[in-house]
Amino acid sequence: MKRFLGFVKKEFHHIFRDYRTMLILFGMPIAQILIFGYVVSNEITDVKIGIYDKSKDDITHEITNKITSSGFFILHENLNSDKEIEQAFKKGIIREVIVFEPNFAEKLHRDGTASVQIIADASDANTANIVTNYTKGIISSYMKNELMAQGYPYEIIPEVRMLYNNELKGVYMFVPGTMALILMLVSAMMTSISIAREKEMGTMEVLLVSPLRPLPIVIGKVIPYMVLSFINAVVIIALSYFVFAMPIQGNLVFLLLETLLFIFMALSLGILISTVSESQMVAMFISMFALMLPTMLLSGFIFPIENMPKVLQWISSIMPARYFIVIVKNIMIKGSGIGVIWKETLVVAGMTILFLIVSIKKFKVRLE
Amino acid sequence: MHFSAYMVNNITMIKNKENIIEVKDLVKKFGNFYANDHLTFEVKKGEIFGFLGANGAGKTTAIRILSGLSYPTSGDVMVAGFDVYKEREKVKKNIGYMSQKFSLYEDLTVKENIRFYGGIYGLSNKYIKEKTESMLERLKMKDIQHSLIGSLPLGWKQKIAFSVAIFHNPKIVFLDEPTGGVDPITRRDFWEMIYEASNNGITVFVTTHYMDEAEYCDRVSIMDRGKIEGLDTPGGLKKRFKSNNMDEVFLKIAR
Repeated sequence: MKRFLGFVKKEFHHIFRDYRTMLILFGMPIAQILIFGYVVSNEITDVKIGIYDKSKDDITHEITNKITSSGFFILHENLNSDKEIEQAFKKGIIREVIVFEPNFAEKLHRDGTASVQIIADASDANTANIVTNYTKGIISSYMKNELMAQGYPYEIIPEVRMLYNNELKGVYMFVPGTMALILMLVSAMMTSISIAREKEMGTMEVLLVSPLRPLPIVIGKVIPYMVLSFINAVVIIALSYFVFAMPIQGNLVFLLLETLLFIFMALSLGILISTVSESQMVAMFISMFALMLPTMLLSGFIFPIENMPKVLQWISSIMPARYFIVIVKNIMIKGSGIGVIWKETLVVAGMTILFLIVSIKKFKVRLE
Repeated sequence: MHFSAYMVNNITMIKNKENIIEVKDLVKKFGNFYANDHLTFEVKKGEIFGFLGANGAGKTTAIRILSGLSYPTSGDVMVAGFDVYKEREKVKKNIGYMSQKFSLYEDLTVKENIRFYGGIYGLSNKYIKEKTESMLERLKMKDIQHSLIGSLPLGWKQKIAFSVAIFHNPKIVFLDEPTGGVDPITRRDFWEMIYEASNNGITVFVTTHYMDEAEYCDRVSIMDRGKIEGLDTPGGLKKRFKSNNMDEVFLKIAR
C-alpha cells in the first residue's frame, strides 16, 4: 500500500509541475462552459409529438392532419388525459404535445375563437423553440388559408408552454455536453498521454522490471486523473448552478454517481488508447481525432442526433458521451431517477467493461 | 582501484563461483524471425559480463527476457536462482535495470526520484533516508538534491540512474547501453561506479557497442544475427580471433 501511495504521489507531482496540464485541467472547463453558454440554433425534422384532442371534431382533425403531413412532425401517440402528458414527456420520446380544448369547433363557430395549447420539452431549449414556432406557423396558416379564406372571421389562439425549462435557457443544453467533453478530455486524453509518456521516456520499462505489478501501475496512474476529473465535474455543475442558474431537479448524489461511472468509462478508454500508442504525440492525436471531435459533433451535444444522416446516427450510437448527455439532462432538468435512464447507464457500464478487457488483453500481448 | 589490478583479482576470484544467470537454448521468435537463436551461457556471481553485438543482433531482446520484460519462446532461463517463467516476481525483487533512456523522471527532483524508486521496491523510509544521504555524498551531489532531473547534464543523470538501479541492493543489475551519448571522461567515471558495484558483490550485465568498454568486462559475449559467436575473456577472444583489440574481434565476427 505504501508503495502504491508513493506512486500516486509521484503522479500528482507530474500534474502539478506541468503548467500546460494544469491549464487544460482547470482552465478548460470554465472557459468551455462560459463559451458554450451562448450558442447556436438548429434545424429540425421528424419530431415525434403527442396529441391530446379533447374535442375530436372536424377542425381539430384537419389541423392534426396539417401538422402531421407537414414533414416536420410525426404523430407518436394520442393522449387521453392531462396525466398522460407528463408521463409521455418523461419517457423522453416525444418533444411536443398539442392539446385542443373541449368543443373546439363549436367554440370557434359560436365565439369566433378557440385555443390550442402547445407544450414542448424545453430541456433542449433550441429544439423546443423551433418546434413550437413551426407548430404555431402551421396552425396560423391553416387559420388564414382555410378558415379566413372561406369567410369565417375565426381565430385560433395558440398558447405555448415550455416544460422543464421555462426560460428556454440554451446553457441547459450545453452543460451536459460540456461535462461529457471535459471529462473525456481530462480522463481519456490526459491518462493516455501520461501513460504514453512513461513509455516514451523509458520509465515504464523500469516500472515493469520492478516488483510493482502492472495493474497497480495502471491504477496508480489513473487515480489522480479520476480525482481531478471528479473535481472538474463538480466545478462544472456548481458553475452552471450558480452562474447560469441551471436547476438540479434530480438527486445530486445520483448525478455524481453517474458522473463517476462516466469517468471510469473515459479512464478505461484512455488506458486503451495508451496501449496502442508508443508516444505522447500519437496518444494525443488519437484522443483528439477519435474522441474529442466525434464527442463534440456526433453525441448530440451540438447537433441534434435525429437530424443526422442514418450513417452518422449509427456512429453516434457508439459515442459514450451521447448516453451520458441523456443521463445528465434527465437527472438535472427532469429529475428522473434510475428507472428512466437505466438503459443509458447500462450502456456506459458495458463500454467501461469492454474497454478494460481489451486493454488488459493488449497489455498482455505486449509482454509476450 | 586501478582497472588492471582489479581485473586480475576479479577473474581469479570469480572463477569458481556459482552461476547467477543460467541460460540454456533460449529462443525468441517474432513471427519467422529468430531474434535470439538458441542462446546458451552462464554468468558467474560478481562478474561484469559484457553483452556485445551490432544494432539488431538481439542484445536488447535477450536483456528484456532476462529482466522479465518479455517472455522467451522456448528455453530455460534462470536469473538469481529463479525461473523467469514461473518465478517472475522473485526475479524482479533481485534485479536492477537501467535502460538506454536513463529512466528518471525529468520533472521530479533528484531526491524525489530516489525516494520514488526506493518506494516501489518496498524499502523502509529509514533505509531510503540513510542510503540517499550516503549515495548523494558519494556522488558529490548533495547541493543539487532538490534540482529537477531535467535541469542536469546527461552524465549526471546517468550516474544517478545507475545509483538508483542498484539502490535496493539487487543481486544483478542489467545495464542496456548505459553510456550512449556521453563523453569519454564521464564514461570512465561511470565504469568506476560499475567496478565499485561489482566489488560489493553485484553482478553486472551490460550491453554496449563501445569496444573499449568491452575491455573492461570480465567476460564478453559477442552476438551476431541472434546467435552468440564468441564468449570468453577479452584476452581469450583476442587470442582466438588473432586480433590486437576488441574492435578487430568484433569486426571479424560481425562481418
